[in-house]
Amino acid sequence: MTTAPLSARGVRKRYRDTQALDGLDLEVAAGTVHALLGPNGAGKSTAVNVFATLTRPDAGEVRVGGHDVVRHPARVRSTIGLVGQSAAVDEALHGRENLVMFGRLHGLSKADAVRRSAELLDAFGLVEAGDRKVSGYSGGMRRRLDIAAGLVVRPRILFLDEPTTGLDPRARHEVWEMVRKVVADGTTVLLTTQYLDEADQLADLVTVLGEGKVIAEGTPSALKSDLGGDRVIITAAEPDDLDKMAGALGATATVDLDRLEVTVEAGASGGGAAVVEVVRTLDSAGITVDDVLLRRPTLDEVFLHLTAPDPEHQPEGAAR
Amino acid sequence: MTALSSTLRQTWVITLRDLKHWQREPWGPVFGILFSIMMLLIFGYLFGGAIEMPGGGTYLPYLLPGVLALTMMFGVDGIMAVVTEDTKRGVTNRFRSLPMSSVAVPLGRAVADLGNSAVQLGVLMIGGLLIGWRIEGTFLEAAAAVGLLLWLRLAMLWLGIFLGLALRMEGALMMVQVLVWPLGFCSSLFVSPETMPGWLGTLAAWNPVSATATAARDLFGNPTGITSGVLADHAMLLALAWPAVLLAIFVPLSMRAFRRRG
Ligand SMILES: Nc1ncnc2c1ncn2[C@@H]1O[C@H](COP(=O)(O)OP(=O)(O)OP(=O)(O)O)[C@@H](O)[C@H]1O
Ligand SMILES: [Mg+2]
Repeated sequence: MTTAPLSARGVRKRYRDTQALDGLDLEVAAGTVHALLGPNGAGKSTAVNVFATLTRPDAGEVRVGGHDVVRHPARVRSTIGLVGQSAAVDEALHGRENLVMFGRLHGLSKADAVRRSAELLDAFGLVEAGDRKVSGYSGGMRRRLDIAAGLVVRPRILFLDEPTTGLDPRARHEVWEMVRKVVADGTTVLLTTQYLDEADQLADLVTVLGEGKVIAEGTPSALKSDLGGDRVIITAAEPDDLDKMAGALGATATVDLDRLEVTVEAGASGGGAAVVEVVRTLDSAGITVDDVLLRRPTLDEVFLHLTAPDPEHQPEGAAR
Repeated sequence: MTALSSTLRQTWVITLRDLKHWQREPWGPVFGILFSIMMLLIFGYLFGGAIEMPGGGTYLPYLLPGVLALTMMFGVDGIMAVVTEDTKRGVTNRFRSLPMSSVAVPLGRAVADLGNSAVQLGVLMIGGLLIGWRIEGTFLEAAAAVGLLLWLRLAMLWLGIFLGLALRMEGALMMVQVLVWPLGFCSSLFVSPETMPGWLGTLAAWNPVSATATAARDLFGNPTGITSGVLADHAMLLALAWPAVLLAIFVPLSMRAFRRRG
């Protein structure tokens, strides 16, 4: 039996008057991508820092790679890669020099560090930029280099703290591609994110964190269906069309008279298919529309939904 | 591989990193030297005529070793700035997450900086010779003076490393940059403690940098401005002992601060 790359029980951490972690339980299975999803201040970074031996927990037990983070931090450090919330690379050095430096600090020989750096630059599309100063890199390049630096010795588990926050959509996709490659190579990944779609894209399992506690856990699709999933919102051109539209679109359609909108639940096949279906149906019924909008649940809605004490406080749509 | 040899290797990797920084961005050290030369000119020519020298001698030969010691003192905020920057960028945390010795990062920095300090001392001494400063002692004595100055620098570096790691509040660096000045002036660097009011003179005589400056003046064969008191009797001993005491305090504290888990 192999031990789980990470298991945490009842982890607590308090900063003066903030309970950053309030009894966190987490189990990450080998070879998977596990996402910690939560809004600002949920305790994501605190959790990662506890796992990476940077922060000492007040209570609880954490084992990373089979080693206890409090009793054997040095052993834990040799099994992990940490990519913190801000890109921690040396701005004055070249990309390649950064990787060689971190490789050598990990204990690789000079030749091995050079070879591994070349591999990583190649894998992450940084070959051309490799011999330029990092201070001239774009945000996406810097983040990719940062992640590569966490991979110089093929860690058992890689921690990525909000790897795409602040990146433009293209750079986000580049980082996602990298993460997929890392996992394909057999590394387990624990990533934190504020974006539901990021967890959806990458994670096998999602743990939703709120005020230092786990408030939900499951596969991305299970979490989404729990929420009611995607919705298509159609704005009518004429008020008179609303009832006709609702009739054509079937049972799940709800009408909002003030805003001239009809909302349809997307169902299991997903938002994209639902939009096509809606447009096709309305077209064949001869109804013209002003606008068609696909709405995905946002993290805020997930939150409201999961933490709402009673149905009245549930977000629009989710309760209907 | 033994723990010691891997620590030394990690230290060397960090040393190379810092040397590369100076090669790529030499403005810090260059500005440091220019600043010291400015101090030398301001004090040497502007205030020099007005400054009284107990025990005889002229001001320039008195001043120059003082400016050398002041330059060593600037090691505190210089290295603190570097450490603070690394922490701000998350680089310190990355180092802390690596399977590294806790002494390697600060030690590597200190070694690199000693190289930089030796260059600064060399440039200032040549500048001093050009404007009329003279070394009256033997070559060995002069070398010993340089050794004492670097010894002081080493202690200042570890103090700065500790402050950089331990003081995490905003503005700590600026506070230290400001505090260096009263500490520099309340010493024998610019004027003899014997010309100061009694209590201030005593304080200045016990300032660690005063011991180094006085011992260096003695070894260079320059006027010390000291006729009696603790500096007259024990400058050399104090110049060895003060940095040793500071190192004994701040090396372990820095290692602890590096590993401290908030
Ligand atoms: N060093 C610290 N000192 C005091 N309070 C802290 C410290 N670190 C975190 N906190 C507090 O603990 C809580 C959790 O912070 P944490 O950084 O873990 O959140 P996060 O989920 O990573 O948020 P973000 O998305 O903003 O990065 C916050 O309320 C934060 O203010
Ligand atoms: Mg965070």
